Amino acid sequence: MLNIQNLHAKIGGKEILKGLNLSVNAGEVHAIMGPNGSGKSTLANVLAGRDGCDVSKGTVTYDGQDLLKLTPEERAWAGLFLAFQYPVEIPGVNNVYLLKAAVNAVRKYRGEAELDAVEFLALIKKKMKIVKMQEELLNRSVNEGFSGGEKKRNEIFQMSILEPKLAILDETDSGLDIDALKIVAEGVNSLCNEARSIILVTHYQRLLDYIKPDHVHVLSGGKIIKSGGSDLALELEKKGYDWIKEEVA
Amino acid sequence: MSTGIEHYLSDFEQLENDDWFSENRQSALDVFKESGFPNARLEDWKYTDVRPIKKKKFSSVNKTPVSMRADEIDALRFQGLDCIDLVFINGVFAKEYSNIEPLEEGLIIENMQDALAKDKDFLANHLAKYADDNSSPFTALNTAFIQNGAFINVSPDVVIEKPVNILYLSKTNGSPLATHPRNLIVVGENAEMTVIESYIGHGQANYFTNAVTEATLSANAHLKHYKIQQESLNAYHIGNLIALQSRDSNLESHSISLGGALVRNDIHGKLAAEGAQIVMNGLYMTDNKQHVDNHTRVDHLKPHTSSTENYRGILNGKSRAVFNGKVVVHKNAQKIEAHQNNANLLLSNDAEIDTKPELEIYADDVKCSHGATVGQLDQKMLFYLRSRAIDEQTARSLLTYAFADELISSIGLGPIRHQLEQLIIGQLPEATLIREFTHE
Ligand SMILES: Nc1ncnc2c1ncn2[C@@H]1O[C@H](COP(=O)(O)OP(=O)(O)OP(=O)(O)O)[C@@H](O)[C@H]1O
Ligand SMILES: [Mg+2]
Repeated sequence: MLNIQNLHAKIGGKEILKGLNLSVNAGEVHAIMGPNGSGKSTLANVLAGRDGCDVSKGTVTYDGQDLLKLTPEERAWAGLFLAFQYPVEIPGVNNVYLLKAAVNAVRKYRGEAELDAVEFLALIKKKMKIVKMQEELLNRSVNEGFSGGEKKRNEIFQMSILEPKLAILDETDSGLDIDALKIVAEGVNSLCNEARSIILVTHYQRLLDYIKPDHVHVLSGGKIIKSGGSDLALELEKKGYDWIKEEVA
Repeated sequence: MSTGIEHYLSDFEQLENDDWFSENRQSALDVFKESGFPNARLEDWKYTDVRPIKKKKFSSVNKTPVSMRADEIDALRFQGLDCIDLVFINGVFAKEYSNIEPLEEGLIIENMQDALAKDKDFLANHLAKYADDNSSPFTALNTAFIQNGAFINVSPDVVIEKPVNILYLSKTNGSPLATHPRNLIVVGENAEMTVIESYIGHGQANYFTNAVTEATLSANAHLKHYKIQQESLNAYHIGNLIALQSRDSNLESHSISLGGALVRNDIHGKLAAEGAQIVMNGLYMTDNKQHVDNHTRVDHLKPHTSSTENYRGILNGKSRAVFNGKVVVHKNAQKIEAHQNNANLLLSNDAEIDTKPELEIYADDVKCSHGATVGQLDQKMLFYLRSRAIDEQTARSLLTYAFADELISSIGLGPIRHQLEQLIIGQLPEATLIREFTHE
């Protein structure tokens, strides 16, 4: 599904990713943990194609294609989804219309018929239940005036509607209370199947109680410095990151 | 005498000018004769060079009337808007296409020429009493040529529900024309009404519109004024709105500028009694080599008056826009509120905006704020939309539209708001997809 080799990336001339390797197979859930500022969001942004993240070295293949050659929208059409750590507010752009345009852009790319208003409405009704999204929020401008938790939930809602092949969740669990966390986890779990892959960027083992990862990685200093199974997360929670840094050094 | 204005003088000679207003026309012409066209040395005209208007020999005498088909004109009206309308073609009142009668009790609407003949006593008290010929040479030129335009008078305590739509249509008929529309709106005590001035040019027509609107609002009068400027991209447009406001009166002005090669809009609100309020909203969209200048001025002459101004600009291509918002708080005009904002979106590196708030405050107990911003489309928003499968061009258009719609959505009249939304969308690439996003 996703294969990252020796990835180097700069932001504003400063090297943030320094030779990162990661391989994700279809059907797998990977968790990426690591200290603040280690490059987790940068990795997510590079994968989604943000301008200003300059890849200076390395390759990324996604579903057999050179991911780095694609525009952000081409990546979305091809089934990649990033749930942002800090979703932006877009005044004047209606949430529901954005979703409809997004779904239909993806469907068009896949050669499927576009959804009409009725079909689309049925789809969002169904998905709203899963993430307990309030109708009132839906009809507002994208994320405008949403609380932190509502923004995160909206990301999961969008994800559940777009049904991506590869979803990257950048700290979607941060700042959520336990009920909201369960909702997010449910949204993710309902998406999981053998054809889809998920990358969870998180600081908290708590999320992994609800979504069981196949692999856990530690990103530090722009590289994956340790990988393991789900028990690694528990160990990190107890001992922090310093022991690994020492182990590697 | 100034140069380059000879043809205006000779056109003036051909004008029917033997009514009671002739002396006023003559003295206005004398003012214009003396000043000529404004030049860039004048502070007010620093950023707007009117030499193109001066150079072209526009004729102010419309000898060969053009005809337009009824369906052609219907297409230019606001769809779904139940209104009274006046149609002018190349500056001349077209009665056959207008829709005035039957008039409601307490409302008078006439072409200026007829009003001059019929309502002498009334007009003598109002016409050219609010716009000062010495304030701008264009105003003087307009006064010299007063003949066509809308005269609207609402009696005290009368609320007119139907908006009055004044359509100024320009269609080339060989020699480039100058038209000098003159509107007078008199709103009586406690009266309310809505007036729309719509300037529309046909195709690539080259002409010069020099419009002046005077409005006077008596105590507690309410006027909503819309100006929608869609002149042809080869046209020159100079427009002035001057309003004198009495106690507790309320003026809401919306100025939308989409067309024109060289455009100057002036709005001047005089808050002459306590409790008078003015709201000024404006949107300008420019592209290619368009030049659009918006000058506004509010005089807070008395205490407890308020002004709120919100102008937005979207500039593309090599276009240039000017915003100058002047607020003068006169001596002893305490407890006034004046808020002003001008936000600009630059879509190209070659577009240019000069924005300048000007505050002159001679009172000490006032609440004033002003702000101006110039920026590009927000990169984070663009990326967010693209990451949600929206292609780049659509995402750009969507954000541009959203920027404009923050202003348009404040327009209360549904059919006008809707039509403006469609007009704005029509100017954006990827229009079809964006149309889906416009909420009703
Ligand atoms: N636009 C930018 N300009 C300059 N430096 C940046 C920019 N964005 C991120 N950085 C820097 O890149 C480094 C990695 O940031 P990144 O956001 O990827 O960290 P992170 O691992 O996601 O941290 P956190 O856990 O706090 O979210 C940090 O040192 C950060 O300051
Ligand atoms: Mg981060």
